[in-house]
Amino acid sequence: MEVTLRIKRYNPDSDVKPHFEEYAVNVEPTDRVLDALNEIKWHHDGTLTYRRSCAHGVCGSDAMRINGRNRLACKILMRELGKKITLEPLIGFKVIKDLVVDMDQFFASYKSVKPYLIAEDAPSAGERLQSPEDRERYDDTTKCILCAACTTACPITWTSEEFVGPAAIVNAHRFIFDSRDQGTADRLRILNTRSGVWRCRTIFNCTDACPRGIEVTRAIEQVKRALLYEQI
Amino acid sequence: MAYHRFDAVIVGAGGAGLMAAIQLAGKANIAVVSKLYPPRSHTGAAQGGISAALGNTEEDHWQWHMFDTVKGGDYLVDQDAAAVLSREAIDAVLELEHMGLPFNRTPEGRIDQRRFGGHTRNYGEGPVRRACFAADRTGHMIIQTLYQQGIKHNVNFFDEHHMLDILFTEDGQCCGVVTLEIKTGEIHTIHAKAVLIASGGFGRVFKITSNAMAGTGDGVALPYRRGVPLMDMEFYQFHPTGIYKLGILLSEAARGEGGILRNGNGEAFAERYAPTLKDLAPRDMVSRFIYQEVKEGRGVEGKDYVHLDLTHLSPEVIDAKLPDITDFARTYLGVEPKTELVPIQPTAHYAMGGLPTDVEGRVIRDPQSTVIPGFYSAGEAACVSVHGANRLGTNSLVDLVVFGRRAGRHMLQFISEATLPPLPRDPEFTARGELANLLERTNGENVADIRREMQAVMMDKVSVVRESQGLREARESISQLRQAYRHVAIDDHGTQFNTDLLEAHELGCMLDCAEAIVEGALAREESRGAHYRDDFQKRDDANWLAHTLIYKSSGGLRMEKKPVTITEFEPKERKY
Repeated sequence: MEVTLRIKRYNPDSDVKPHFEEYAVNVEPTDRVLDALNEIKWHHDGTLTYRRSCAHGVCGSDAMRINGRNRLACKILMRELGKKITLEPLIGFKVIKDLVVDMDQFFASYKSVKPYLIAEDAPSAGERLQSPEDRERYDDTTKCILCAACTTACPITWTSEEFVGPAAIVNAHRFIFDSRDQGTADRLRILNTRSGVWRCRTIFNCTDACPRGIEVTRAIEQVKRALLYEQI
Repeated sequence: MAYHRFDAVIVGAGGAGLMAAIQLAGKANIAVVSKLYPPRSHTGAAQGGISAALGNTEEDHWQWHMFDTVKGGDYLVDQDAAAVLSREAIDAVLELEHMGLPFNRTPEGRIDQRRFGGHTRNYGEGPVRRACFAADRTGHMIIQTLYQQGIKHNVNFFDEHHMLDILFTEDGQCCGVVTLEIKTGEIHTIHAKAVLIASGGFGRVFKITSNAMAGTGDGVALPYRRGVPLMDMEFYQFHPTGIYKLGILLSEAARGEGGILRNGNGEAFAERYAPTLKDLAPRDMVSRFIYQEVKEGRGVEGKDYVHLDLTHLSPEVIDAKLPDITDFARTYLGVEPKTELVPIQPTAHYAMGGLPTDVEGRVIRDPQSTVIPGFYSAGEAACVSVHGANRLGTNSLVDLVVFGRRAGRHMLQFISEATLPPLPRDPEFTARGELANLLERTNGENVADIRREMQAVMMDKVSVVRESQGLREARESISQLRQAYRHVAIDDHGTQFNTDLLEAHELGCMLDCAEAIVEGALAREESRGAHYRDDFQKRDDANWLAHTLIYKSSGGLRMEKKPVTITEFEPKERKY
């Protein structure tokens, strides 16, 4: 089927501001948006620029705005989108070129919540024990692929540079609710600020955007409750 | 130009590179270069598990794991390396748990384990639960956990730097790499006492592959151009269960949990070929079973695919243990695996071959195992060889952590004793020339056309079943495509984030890998593991119980044989 892709383009070498360009391409209904982008890049316009790698929704490279919603280009099929499709870079971060945004701020926020296990020395023999029930408590937030779809779907992020953002909170949650971790007080202190969880207005855009199906808003609420009621 | 000096530089930030980096962090001044962001590395796509004879759910021993690895590799495995792999797997998996990896747990709270293809109890008696796992995203958990540790240890990451060249002194010592900073287009020279290549595989040389688009073999091809041999390149694994047409992997864990392959008649055909292990026979064999079924007209609707049947598994098992791969089937095929059959076909998955190394991760240059000073490799880019002619499922992740760790530790010792070797004169000369060539030409051959042609040829003539005529044709085609590549022209002539340029550079690397694969496949006139020759259907230990080393030089390609190390297990016929 023939579709038109309307793509927001920006070339830092020559453009003052971004503009839209349209491409008519032939695709299969079962093609991914990424396949359509590749078709344009490989056979129409090699200057079109986007990130991609795994092409099946696990590496997190190709998050972008697809018809106004944050999605992975490799996880949305053409049949879900209609004949005219608008592709834009994620909102909230500086655009480097076309659909590529600067991820520095995103990874800086991620690193700020100490996203690694903080624990006493491991046992000299064998693994640390953890019951399946305790393992289940943080299962959902281990799925995060750091694609930034949630953080850049959040209207708070669009207006406030200091907000740590949903993805960083998800990754803090992953350790706060891990029975092996001892860094909870530290992480909660980091998040118990105006740039932390209290900036969240429970808008649910993050949950809608997550390509891994993580209940992001719920995770944020669990961290808020942990702060309010010391429920961990 | 930018110049940096480090004790060591690691190229590739997947499992092997990060595991090495963590050994060095805080003790040496190191840089980790990735053409992606580290958590985007393809280790993250690994699904089913990482084997270690923990014996948490039933009796197991590392010697059994070692035997399975050797037999699974059709006796081409170097057995000293397989012993290291199997023995150190136990400690390495525990170390991952200590770093925080969220493994699934048994009711007692220990790491849970499940069955996987080719892994057996008591030297082949029946399947054993050896694969430690985190749902069906074990690789994702490994890459996340190791990246987290990298952050904790303040590792110096060079994110989105594309390697353009590897540097050697005149007397053959490795002394650094040249990279392109993708965002700015600036060329960097990273000068170091030691270099580790952990850049992964090159599945993108084939049309149907489970590999990421980044899997283009850059780290393998660039040293090859500088005279370093590649080992056992003819052994390329096709995983039996890729999503039809797309090649996206559906983990062997699906069969480990009880999934069954069915042909077009609905028959569970694997038991006809492998009565003991059935659907859990090693991957090379199951891929050939599928090929045979299709060839004899028993594909689904007469086409080139069969079905993976999970409908008899309980929905709870599917949700708890196979959530991601069932999601893939829903997303890309519109199929509900709880109630419907999933169309699958073999997909290019894993390179057993690569840069030859010893068990410390040191790259060697000849059949006598002469070490190249300062040059290390680990993971899929390397060939130790623990996988021999066919890798067992889960052993790639074991390889990453065990040999990534060993390489890192050996590098630490090496750089404490070594002095910084001098750089060659004008170290960026080759890289700069190559880029200028690509950037300046405005008219010529199209990168995507050459790549598509290469992928088609490799899939048709150099995949699950090979024979002399087809391989000769493939050699001729690759040679012509290499000629065409010399005249390739790109659209994007800019400096910043020029992915058009990068794709052209990667194509050159893939053509080098393809050339070496075909050369090895033509030379090896026998069938062993993943290398199956229709014109030489038997394994030939008298002539071919040997590794191949392929060298590239101005005079063309040259091959040498390297003996296989056999310590415990004499080669036997491989039956399951």
